[in-house]
Amino acid sequence: MTAAHQMTGTPIRVENLWKRFGGFEAVKDVTFTAEAGSITALLGPSGSGKSTVLRMIAGLEEPTAGRIWMEGEEHTFKTVQERRVGFVFQHFALFRHMTVAQNVAFGLSVRKQPKSQQRARVQDLLELVQLTGFRDRYPDQLSGGQRQRVALARALAPQPKVLLLDEPFGALDARVRQELRRWLDDLHQELGVTSLLVTHDQDEALELANRIVVMHEGRVEQVGSPDEVYDEPATPFVAGFVGSSSVLHGHVVDGHVQFGDHRVPGAGHLAEGEPARAFIRPHDVRVTTTPLGGSLPASVERIVNLGWLSRVVLRLPDDQVLTAEIPNDELGGVEVGSSVSVDLRRAKAFPSAAVEDLELATEMTATPAGP
Amino acid sequence: MSAPGELRVPVLPSGTRRRLVHGGFIAIALLYVGILVIAPLIGIAWAAFQAGWSTIVSTLKQPDVLHAFYLTGVITVITVIVTSIFGVIVALVIARDRFPGRALMSAAVDLPLAVSPVIVGLMAVVLFGLGGWFEPWFTSHGIRILFAVPSMVLVTIFICIPFVIREVVPVLQEVGVTEEEAARTLGASSMQTFFRVTLKNIRWGLLYGIALTTARSIGEIGAVLIVSGQLTGQTETATLYVLRAFDQFQDDQGYIVALTLALVSIVLLVLIEIFKRRQERTQRT
Amino acid sequence: MSTQTLERPAAPPPAPPGAGRRPSVAIRSALARWGLRGTALVYLGLIVALPTVAVITRGFQDGLQSLRDALNAPGAREAIVLTLVLAAVTAIINVIFGTLIAYVLVRYEFPGRAWLSTIVDIPFAIPTLVTGVMLRALYGPNSVIGGFLEGHGIHVIFAQLGILLALLFVTLPLVVRTVQPVLLEIDEAEEEAARVLGATRWYTFRRVVLPKLRSGIAAGGLLAFARAIGEFGAVVIVSGNIIGKTLTAPVLIFQLASQFQPNQAAAVATLLFAISFVLVLVTERLVGARNKDAV
Repeated sequence: MTAAHQMTGTPIRVENLWKRFGGFEAVKDVTFTAEAGSITALLGPSGSGKSTVLRMIAGLEEPTAGRIWMEGEEHTFKTVQERRVGFVFQHFALFRHMTVAQNVAFGLSVRKQPKSQQRARVQDLLELVQLTGFRDRYPDQLSGGQRQRVALARALAPQPKVLLLDEPFGALDARVRQELRRWLDDLHQELGVTSLLVTHDQDEALELANRIVVMHEGRVEQVGSPDEVYDEPATPFVAGFVGSSSVLHGHVVDGHVQFGDHRVPGAGHLAEGEPARAFIRPHDVRVTTTPLGGSLPASVERIVNLGWLSRVVLRLPDDQVLTAEIPNDELGGVEVGSSVSVDLRRAKAFPSAAVEDLELATEMTATPAGP
Repeated sequence: MSAPGELRVPVLPSGTRRRLVHGGFIAIALLYVGILVIAPLIGIAWAAFQAGWSTIVSTLKQPDVLHAFYLTGVITVITVIVTSIFGVIVALVIARDRFPGRALMSAAVDLPLAVSPVIVGLMAVVLFGLGGWFEPWFTSHGIRILFAVPSMVLVTIFICIPFVIREVVPVLQEVGVTEEEAARTLGASSMQTFFRVTLKNIRWGLLYGIALTTARSIGEIGAVLIVSGQLTGQTETATLYVLRAFDQFQDDQGYIVALTLALVSIVLLVLIEIFKRRQERTQRT
Repeated sequence: MSTQTLERPAAPPPAPPGAGRRPSVAIRSALARWGLRGTALVYLGLIVALPTVAVITRGFQDGLQSLRDALNAPGAREAIVLTLVLAAVTAIINVIFGTLIAYVLVRYEFPGRAWLSTIVDIPFAIPTLVTGVMLRALYGPNSVIGGFLEGHGIHVIFAQLGILLALLFVTLPLVVRTVQPVLLEIDEAEEEAARVLGATRWYTFRRVVLPKLRSGIAAGGLLAFARAIGEFGAVVIVSGNIIGKTLTAPVLIFQLASQFQPNQAAAVATLLFAISFVLVLVTERLVGARNKDAV
């Protein structure tokens, strides 16, 4: 097993990582790899253990069990300093008593690089992050977005083999977040440093990452490309967390999930007659005012106009709630209070499992109600 | 006038009356402080200058006075060095480390603030005096602790322990560990991290603590009185000199040296205020 | 290939903590932690814990005999009573004026406010002995004011009034600086809301501010009291140490120690120390509860 995983060049490989804090297990049996030059996102809600995994890779936490490999070399027992990773913190962690230039040069001066070399590298990096005029400013004179760019420059200065980002845009305004997201994407294209990004924002993960590791309560739920994770969620959690869904409960009939007269395909992997839940994306819901055979009757509870499409909240006869997103020019006659027919295109079905999963589902159905 | 049970809220007074009331409070505050604090300062300056300029000069040139200042200086320097270095270490442990007994450690740091200085002197007597726990060992090695400078240094250190620690701990807690983590990811060793990041961040709190330590150390009387044996020219600090001067009815000399000490303290006070303001400013960013 | 589905695991529990870790890494980090911890423990243990225990042991070496002997010394009981009474009066007076000064510093803007703040800190910086000397200069029988007061029968130096002034001086900043942060914490919005509703400042102070200030005031008062019962330098110069009239407990301890009665001195010292220590603990509880967010 060891020989196969010692491929030179796989920048990051994490194997059976566990972390226990006292009695609490924060990370449970996490395994994944990150390919050279890629951006891999660790995506999950707060408390899912993703930051802990990142910090263990950086060496800021010690794993309770498991191993870490970087570029074919085992790093599990190396100190932080020995690992030569670049780390970007959520709250920037800039050295408040040093100028921007001194901050960026820190990793170089610690390794006793000659001053002229340091100065040149700092200049290059400031150009890269578009902050050349700011070299003598102090962190408290910068905006949030500027600070994070300095933090990035600082992390990249010593030419790390891997770049680790811990919710880098979490402390920024929404608009700045968008800007920096795009900017990071461009930067990554240019530099090609293998990056591992921790985030709870699925839009960010879907937009930036080549691969996503979805985490929940310390475990890996799914590893895949953004398309895979979105279109083919492997577990109910992923189905509910990535993208928005409504959850409907029904039974498995002939490879379909059946609710009343209507059935939706996608339950081929489940046992006949089993109770199941179907996760349905809002854009996979068709609504018409003319009743159609084999479709679900529903009444329209709410319509929210989002510009070019509308979010329509539907109430089914058995009191379940379904959310649809329909382009405004396809709404035709659908109004609050009207009775409509619902046609479900696709669904991702999972067995109706334990009570905790049920609670999760209830959370998911409750979300689409917002304005 | 108003119905029974109705809530009666006092009406706002007119502008002038309000100003008078507020002005009144400020005036009382200023008056109290003026009588309690300023007047005595003026008093001592007046009494010292009453003695005449030539007396002032000759007193300050007296060998026992000079030695007293010198001894105060030596004790203060040693105290500041010891309490700063160990103070930062203790502060790091209290602020960052989690272990059972941390609360006890914190209480131990505050203990010297609660203890009367004479009791501190007594502690030294009990430990190093005749029949004391450590007395036999030191006597057999011919080392004098009590009635000699070492005990004076020890008691002053005891008394000054809390200052640096109490000022540095909140700063450490406020600043947090992320900058230090960042430094480590950039390759800095523990020493490099401490000197280049941590120390810079606690700078003003540390200086404030040092200034407080210096002032307290210069002013120490109760404990050093007990342990010094008051050997003129050998174990007499500036404060002990003043005490002796008044005991021996040399009031003029007493006032002069006391005024000198007061002036040094005022300079220290200015420094204290500067460091305190800087520290508050850093806390706010 | 790249999509992995995880079953809810029946996975085996991980190896016990520490398994597979290189022993030298474990030792290295443990050493670093204990090095720092150990230094702190030794420093505090030697300098603080040890002497404290030594005094308490000495004081009660002969059971309660030393304490009884000490209390039977001429003027001893009066000294302890005087100390406690004067400290209490000091605490009360300075709580009133200290709170007023703190309120003025926090809530008002006026020319000289920075000066007032600095002056309040003077007693922190001035040697206590010099405080006594200053009072002597100002109110001594040879001074203008002193002579005037003596002529009217008011004795300051070598009398209890002088001790009180000295204690007020040294404890003022303790009260002000304890109450100030509490005042700063109180949201001014609540006071403003009350005034908009028509309340005077005094009414607002009494009904809105004071209840919240209570713990801060109590803490300041207790600190002042604890400080006052231990004050030596200022008192010894100002009071004349007259047995039964102006002898205080700290001076008594000093006298017992210089008369080579360390056991008795230790007994009285332990008594005094116990009182102050309990007071400071209570104060920490009161003030610490507010500062928990800093932890």
